[in-house]
Amino acid sequence: MTVQELPENAIEMRNVSFSYGQGGFCIQGLNLEVKKGEFLAVLGHNGSGKSTLARLANGILMPDKGEISIFGQVLDDKHLYDLRSRVGVVFQNPDNQTVASVVEDDVAFGAENVGLDREEIGRRIDFALSAVGMQDYRYATVSRLSGGQKQRIAIAGVLALRPDVMILDESTAMLDPKGRREIIDVVSRLNREEGVTVVLITHFVEEALLADRAVVMNRGEIVMRGTPAEIFSRGDELLTYNLTLPRIGIISKRLREGGMSVGDTLDFEKLAEEIARCVS
Amino acid sequence: MKAVAFGQYYPANSFVHRLDPRMKLLFLVAFIVAIFVANNFYGLAACAAVLVFVIAFSRVPFLKVLSAVKGIFFLAIFTGAINVLFHTGEKTYWAGPAVYWNWGIFCVSQEGIVFSVFLILRLLLLVLCSSMLTYTTTPVSLTDGIESILTPLKWVKFPVHALALIMSIALRMIPTLMEETARIKNAQTARGANFESGNLFKRIGAFIPVLIPLLLSAFRRADELSDAMEARCYKGEKRTKYKKLRFSWRDLVAFLVMAAMIAGVALLRVYLGEIL
Amino acid sequence: MRIVAEHLTHIYNDGTPFAAKALDDISLTVEEGEFFGIIGHTGSGKSTFVQHLNALIRLPSSKKHFHKKRLKKGEIPPPATVLKVGDFDLTDKNTDFYALRRSVGMVFQYPEYQLFAETVKEDVAFGYKNFYGKGKPSEEEVTTAVRGALEAVGLDYDEIADKSPFDLSGGQKRRVAVAGVIVTKPEVLVLDEPAAGLDPLGKQEMMRLLHEIHGSWCKTVIIVSHDMDEIAENCTHVAVFEEGRVRYVLPPSELFQRAEELLSLGLDIPLTAKLVSALKRRGISVDCDFTTEDFIRKVLALRGGGA
Repeated sequence: MTVQELPENAIEMRNVSFSYGQGGFCIQGLNLEVKKGEFLAVLGHNGSGKSTLARLANGILMPDKGEISIFGQVLDDKHLYDLRSRVGVVFQNPDNQTVASVVEDDVAFGAENVGLDREEIGRRIDFALSAVGMQDYRYATVSRLSGGQKQRIAIAGVLALRPDVMILDESTAMLDPKGRREIIDVVSRLNREEGVTVVLITHFVEEALLADRAVVMNRGEIVMRGTPAEIFSRGDELLTYNLTLPRIGIISKRLREGGMSVGDTLDFEKLAEEIARCVS
Repeated sequence: MKAVAFGQYYPANSFVHRLDPRMKLLFLVAFIVAIFVANNFYGLAACAAVLVFVIAFSRVPFLKVLSAVKGIFFLAIFTGAINVLFHTGEKTYWAGPAVYWNWGIFCVSQEGIVFSVFLILRLLLLVLCSSMLTYTTTPVSLTDGIESILTPLKWVKFPVHALALIMSIALRMIPTLMEETARIKNAQTARGANFESGNLFKRIGAFIPVLIPLLLSAFRRADELSDAMEARCYKGEKRTKYKKLRFSWRDLVAFLVMAAMIAGVALLRVYLGEIL
Repeated sequence: MRIVAEHLTHIYNDGTPFAAKALDDISLTVEEGEFFGIIGHTGSGKSTFVQHLNALIRLPSSKKHFHKKRLKKGEIPPPATVLKVGDFDLTDKNTDFYALRRSVGMVFQYPEYQLFAETVKEDVAFGYKNFYGKGKPSEEEVTTAVRGALEAVGLDYDEIADKSPFDLSGGQKRRVAVAGVIVTKPEVLVLDEPAAGLDPLGKQEMMRLLHEIHGSWCKTVIIVSHDMDEIAENCTHVAVFEEGRVRYVLPPSELFQRAEELLSLGLDIPLTAKLVSALKRRGISVDCDFTTEDFIRKVLALRGGGA
């Protein structure tokens, strides 16, 4: 590997295949680069293989074929724990990710696992809880928190390992709109302010609008790549992968079909602006 | 929504609450020893006095503490009755015949009555002091305390850490699984399941539509949790521990009280002898 | 069946230190034949309310309720609680709650997690057998009922009936679970976030199914939802719950005109409502009922008039 690769790609998957054993590949010949510092959205319908992707990227599952590199280092058994601490994963169910009853004990878990000393763990807890805006809940009982709050604690638990990459595996799917907003706010801030590389796996197409770049998965392969705007300009293709346009895309498309020359925007203020321009 | 009063913890910020859980566990053990060292009513009275003192400093209402006895009320009565009937003895404690009534192996004697009362008091003290531990210590800190006390067992390769983690996860999951049980039960009730009538056999059968989804969900949760733990670099070894229990001046005070109690009860035993 | 609630209050753990008021003097009517939406934050009381409808949460009987608090002289007695679902009076403890539950189907969140039987057929038949009344239904009756219910949710009986429900895909499991509720042909069907966790096409499909069920199997459908677009597109009336009270009961076309108020409650509004108010700020008024269809029609018509 060359020196230039190191700062370029946080995650690189080359020709990766994986199967769970019974019939057919779950991931097939997949190539993906996640650039350092970017916000990537991974879209796909249920069962398209996007959750397997998350488990491969942090070595919970190992590919049958192909190679995965994290910051230029090939992910193998020898470097597993080292690389795992650099790629954090937050999962779907807010109830199934916490090991301790008290918030601070849970956030400490990862930092304890890598053998940090007490003072450092204390500092990491401070950092992680304030990064997700949960400082006031340090001594709270996890089971009494709302779904969004639990999920923020799960993020904090990952942040305590100070990862360079954060993968959210449908972490918003089980939350109400308020909880969803909380999570999206937290990760976009981490991406902007802390320079954390974010991979947001989701089937809420609206959430992908915030990303720098998006890919669409179908049957274990990446079938579309581009900026969210580029991807959503190919609405018919999206539909063949069992995904829909964001509602705003549907409306602007229908207006265009009705003969109104509105642009292909994904921002409602802009769309309103365009409509105003067309009718006046 | 529904508060789960697990482990009967009574939240307060008292002297007793803030004691180190290890000290409280040690105190409980010492208290139990004291109850059994005491072989006369003065000894028990001394134990009871210490207990009253502890309760007063814990800010747990007396009635709340006493309510812990409800659970063993019938056990206490039963134990008392058995002992009255079977204990024989000639000692007299008050004017009147030593034996009131005798029929076969049953007899009611003065000594039997006194002995029963003594036993019941012991039992009550035992229950009260144990419940004081759970009233003033959260399950979490109790787990921490047990882990810390068991730490020396690491030398004989006993997996103390793993055991502590299992206890911690269990405590974390109990409220979640209880909520889930209620939810599934509701859903099956809405589909006409009947948990309330029929004979015992029928009622157990009625729980199958609750138990199966609950088990499946527990396995699913375990699966996801193990992924989440792995993703956070859990490998079961070379871990450090963030939470460290520290003894403070309070624990020293508690230790002195404990030592005084043991010494006092022992002295009472030696100098006053067996009253029974 | 018409649903009438008046002065309905519910306190969890009443009389303990953990007491929490979930419903605070609620009054609400759902007419027969509606596709009724309920929205509000988590913990606003909406789940507590719908659980009353088939007596999963029981009301204290009216007499007991009256005696509970002795009235002082001159004090006006609190208004009596009314909760009626059709002819069932839920304040009366002699009501036949079995018959009630047969008439009011309830689909909880993530209903696929309540599947338990060895085969799809058995699972769907569970409710049918429970509610059959005296005696046992014949095998034919069961098969007919299960076949009907599975077909109503768009599944093929012959293909799926003997499979284990646990071998199905997520979307199929959820449909089986819905079939297991509608198998008794309840007049009222209540669903708590029926589309949660489904992908976009799964969501559309679920809403389409509910409309079909609404037209044929169940006269009244009540959905609890967080998705305002879903509500705007589908519902005849919407109740907004806020801290145990009902803030509004309006058709979507009127409700979402109060965009500001909803936003100030921390609730979302549908995209069409966002666009309408963005256009309003630009001096263009669009008078639509907030469905996508109507919005597009009205906007396109504007161009005609404005040009």
